[in-house]
Amino acid sequence: MAKKLPEVDVVLVGFGWTASIIAQELTDAGASVLALERGGWRDTVPDFSVTQIQDELRYAVRKEIFEQTRRETLTFRNKPEQLALPMRELGSFLPASGVGGAGVHWNGQNWRFLPTDFVLRSHNQQRYGKKAVPDGMTIQDWGITYEQLEPYYDKFEYLCGISGQAGNIQGKLQPGGNPFEGPRARGYPLPPLKRCAATVLFDKAAREVGLHPFPAPAANTSKPYLNSLGVQMGQCTYCGYCEWFGCANYSKASPQTTILPVLLKKDNFSFRTHSSVVRILTDSSGRRATGVVYVDQNGREYIQPAQMVVLCAFAHHNVHLLLVSKIGAPYDPKTGAGVVGRNYAYQVSSSVNVTCKEILNPFMGAGALGQVVDDFNGDNFDHAGKGFLGGGYIALWNTGGRPILQEYLPKGTPKWGAGWKKALHEDYLYSTHMQCHGGVMSYRDNYLDLDPTYKDAYGNPLLRLTFDFHHNENAMSKFLTDRATEIAKAIPNRGINPKPREGDYSIVPYQTTHNTGGAAMGADPHTSFVNPFLQSWDVPNLWVMGSSVFPQNAGYNPTGTVGALAFWAADAMKRYIRNPQPLVQA
Amino acid sequence: MDERRQTLPDPIPATEACDSPSRRSFIVGGAVLVSSSLLLAGCGGGGSTRQPVAPRYFSRDEREFVRAAIDRLIPKDALGPGAVEAGVDEFIDAQLAGPFGQASGIYMRGPFRLGTTEQGYQLPFTPAQVYRLGIQRVDEHCTKSLGNVFAQLKPDQRDKILHDLQDGKIDLGEIPSANFFNLLWGNTREGFLADPIYGGNRDFAGWKLIGYPGPRYNYINEIEHFGKPYKAPFVSLGGEHPVMCRLSDAPTGRFHGPGCEYARYPARSHFAALAGKNGSKAWPAGSL
Amino acid sequence: MKIRWLIAVALALAATGLAIAAVQVYAPKHRRQTWTTIQHGRYLVHAGDCKACHTAQGGKPFAGGRPVPTPFGVVYSTNITPDPETGIGEWSERDFYRAMHFGIARGGKHLYPAFPYPWYTRMTRGDVDAIRAYLDTVKPVRERNRSPQLGWPFSMRSMLKMWDTLYLHPGQYQPDPKRSTAWNRGAYLVNGPGHCGACHSGKNLLGAPDRDHPMQGGMAEHVFAPNLGAGKRDGLGGWSKQEIVEYLATGSNAHATAGGPMAEVVTASTQYLKQRDLEAIATYLKTLDGPRPGEPGKPNNDTMQQGRALYVDDCAGCHMDNGTGLPNAFPPLRASSAVQAAKPQLLLAVILEGARSPATPTKPTGLTMPAFGSKLDDAEIAALTTYIRNAWGNRAGEVSKGDVSKLRSAFANASH
Repeated sequence: MAKKLPEVDVVLVGFGWTASIIAQELTDAGASVLALERGGWRDTVPDFSVTQIQDELRYAVRKEIFEQTRRETLTFRNKPEQLALPMRELGSFLPASGVGGAGVHWNGQNWRFLPTDFVLRSHNQQRYGKKAVPDGMTIQDWGITYEQLEPYYDKFEYLCGISGQAGNIQGKLQPGGNPFEGPRARGYPLPPLKRCAATVLFDKAAREVGLHPFPAPAANTSKPYLNSLGVQMGQCTYCGYCEWFGCANYSKASPQTTILPVLLKKDNFSFRTHSSVVRILTDSSGRRATGVVYVDQNGREYIQPAQMVVLCAFAHHNVHLLLVSKIGAPYDPKTGAGVVGRNYAYQVSSSVNVTCKEILNPFMGAGALGQVVDDFNGDNFDHAGKGFLGGGYIALWNTGGRPILQEYLPKGTPKWGAGWKKALHEDYLYSTHMQCHGGVMSYRDNYLDLDPTYKDAYGNPLLRLTFDFHHNENAMSKFLTDRATEIAKAIPNRGINPKPREGDYSIVPYQTTHNTGGAAMGADPHTSFVNPFLQSWDVPNLWVMGSSVFPQNAGYNPTGTVGALAFWAADAMKRYIRNPQPLVQA
Repeated sequence: MDERRQTLPDPIPATEACDSPSRRSFIVGGAVLVSSSLLLAGCGGGGSTRQPVAPRYFSRDEREFVRAAIDRLIPKDALGPGAVEAGVDEFIDAQLAGPFGQASGIYMRGPFRLGTTEQGYQLPFTPAQVYRLGIQRVDEHCTKSLGNVFAQLKPDQRDKILHDLQDGKIDLGEIPSANFFNLLWGNTREGFLADPIYGGNRDFAGWKLIGYPGPRYNYINEIEHFGKPYKAPFVSLGGEHPVMCRLSDAPTGRFHGPGCEYARYPARSHFAALAGKNGSKAWPAGSL
Repeated sequence: MKIRWLIAVALALAATGLAIAAVQVYAPKHRRQTWTTIQHGRYLVHAGDCKACHTAQGGKPFAGGRPVPTPFGVVYSTNITPDPETGIGEWSERDFYRAMHFGIARGGKHLYPAFPYPWYTRMTRGDVDAIRAYLDTVKPVRERNRSPQLGWPFSMRSMLKMWDTLYLHPGQYQPDPKRSTAWNRGAYLVNGPGHCGACHSGKNLLGAPDRDHPMQGGMAEHVFAPNLGAGKRDGLGGWSKQEIVEYLATGSNAHATAGGPMAEVVTASTQYLKQRDLEAIATYLKTLDGPRPGEPGKPNNDTMQQGRALYVDDCAGCHMDNGTGLPNAFPPLRASSAVQAAKPQLLLAVILEGARSPATPTKPTGLTMPAFGSKLDDAEIAALTTYIRNAWGNRAGEVSKGDVSKLRSAFANASH
């Protein structure tokens, strides 16, 4: 029998980036807020200390700070007619477990989406004709515009201490920045990171082929930074251990380094770790959430009543929770009706290895130390005759030179033996790679539902992921890889090794943890689960955060947009608290 | 290339390290048995004369199999030590005895069905079990076709077997041979290139080969020295002379329990050697 | 929708007078005090850092029981809640003043000078009464006092009488008419309620403070509390008044971040002091003499080489290669008076145990340094600290392996 606990105003499922933002904002407004986190407590010291965090085997290979599939995973298939099987080992994407969520182990590549990304369907149809969007491609507009979200992007950037070079301030193009970005009210809070040898080579080569490289916006601080909440951050020292690691010297933005020092001191905030939420409770009308059920590490069940429920977990988990709680209409790929699980999307990536003629010292890096060209992202170029929509960026990220996983060897290198050893010896210090990072459209047959066979540690059916890349992604990825190869050729090199994406989507090799959709936002309740304020159409005191609300994925890493949307939704929640009504009438 | 080799310091002689009084005092603290084996593990490094400690997961025959295999996967040659010299067999043994080998965080619920490559690993075996079964089947195959177990084969015979495993050409029953090969090769690379505290990469063999200096934390001064080699002694999370940590529960229990303490060597001896060799201060930057 | 507007409620309470809502006076009616006196007492309780000592770890506020290690054994702080039986509820104002002024408890028992009455004796009667008035509002806790664990002869209370005869100079602070009001206020706070000298002054073998060389550095439990006098190298000579104020108010400034016991002092005491009082303290401290700086010998070059290697491996990630630290984030080691202190224990303690900077309202972050005690051995820490104390123009005595092992075992014993 589940124990019923005293009611709180707001219960947050998960305690990562979005939960921290919502908690900070709503506690300021006077609400009592409780976050339930399935993982444990962790903080810079001792968990990410210089004495232990730069351990590639422990964190990147054995994946110690990520979710364990034993407790929660999903099943996967490429096509609806296949049998889905469990993802037994993490691979393609790496959801976190523990306070701070993936905000602890991200690289810090912090982007704004393009203005056209938010009006993807209408924009493309307007520019390329109604038929440009093929049948089965279910892309849609977000229900908000870039202009509406701009102040909230700004808020997240000044929270995190983003290092970068603005490209467009209030419509005025800025030298050295991204000329394609949407107009921003002001520049970044910090100047760009230092460059490393590889990014300098990339920059020169990209200019030579006529493109517009710029330093990537980084949530790695180029200088000590006092953030918008008065929290002090350090300065990045280019240790090369961001991605898949916590930061030891307070220089990568995470909930721990930007919000928690302030949030945790508030009397009207509390959190519980090792508390896995397994159900959202609703009243008999089904129109009102009354709280959640969670299980502690000893398997005891608790009912946590709340006036408002906010889903702040990883994209998959938010959707899983909606499905097992039977909230909202589950998506049916046969009819195209239903919204929960609809429009799942991801990221399409490929790369080009370059073996240079000069020493690069790849181990001196930072998660978002990169030089990027955005010439082929979104609708920054004319797609007429290209045979695809959308695009992505080409970047040279120098995230580090960790020896086990960051091996970028020339074509034809033997897989093992003396030849492999020789190649590693000769090329490790001279090798780098460029990444092509593209958006993924949503499709009628890419979706999330519940698996009929496999169960999780709590006895719930696993989430089932049905996903594959379509012609649009393959064509776009090939286009990007070809452009990247042209840049690579302009770098003085001893060898180039393009790694285009091939075949069906595989859940095995790591690609990105940029899983999106399943609880899309939008202006039409028939094609979206939440309204443009991230409030459920069906259950107005239930809100969904994170990339699960993306109607499709853009060509950028999602965190900047996830952070901005959380601030945007928090403002709406404050209005809702004063007047608890749907903010948009269906 | 020459520039880089110049920066690689010579390893200190094993005797110097092992005579360190602080090392002896370290032994007093922990369980005697474990510490003694540590002594062995830490002091024999740098050649085929290294006396391996008693395996924790493998049988002696299994370990011979693994040593014979990794000796071909990363051989000792003019470029430096190979996987055997770097202690990779001990690394793999420790990993299999711990949570990795036991698949402790992995979803292992049935039903188990064969899927597509894109769906990933679907066997009902833990990594430790894959090794045990795989080794047994490969030895059966070798005995049948070549008249001897794998460990007793000539180097070129072993190379051929490894290639056949990699290409999925040998029938290992329920285990696709490429799965077995990929696990073995993956763990071998890990052991050669992971931090030495895990027992492999002994004397920084792997990192010296490629020029990775180890987990240092600050390159603010050096990152803009484009095209210039980075000069510094190799370092591990356990310092410049890490004790090989043999784990019962790698990686999580690394800093706790007997045998998992950090290095207790003074860094000076290594440093003095380096300073003497270059005829100048070891550190190019900073003031003394 | 039933959202509670906690902050609004709190603000409303503050506006209507916190006394009505939050302050219950447990004292007998004849001792009822005014709101102003209680608040004044509350302020002085902060200034005197009473709560930190008189509250055990995990214990109820002011109920005592916190062990205070002295060179002679362990003394436990007492229950100063108004509980009539186990606290000081039955004490008259006179009793209380006698304890604060002469170190004699109700009933005539002499108190151990771990209770800083040699400093509190400088306080005015009015201030002491105000403290008492505030303590009357604390929730009574029934908690018996623990007997001290002292070896003979220190276990004899009669020894204390002798001690007082020799070393206690009772008497309220007498302002120096030649000095400014601010200076006199500072001197009063430092030498009275603040009892800074209890840590920052040298002590003789019997624990009596060195009155001829006040605030020139002394031992605070296991660590060395640095010199607060002049002296650019190891004192406050390089700190401006404003920087002293910032340090006491927030826990850090451009020169230093409070660590060890001082982090607790900032968190529990000085951050609550008024700007004017902090300025007064700074005014006073800036007029103190420092000790004559010794000229330490040049450290062994091998030790320096080893120390530098360890520094780059373990410290440069935050404190930077040249010891400058990072402004507002990580304290500088170069030209730091705490680093170059006459004795190295504070630096050693931070390396062995780690440190968390105080999280105050203006600087809420609480940046933390991990402990290196498990990674580095005694000889390594000795070499490392010798290096830090003599690199980048720093000058201070070499640190021996013995210094490190002694402190390491002191910490190990304290945690038992």
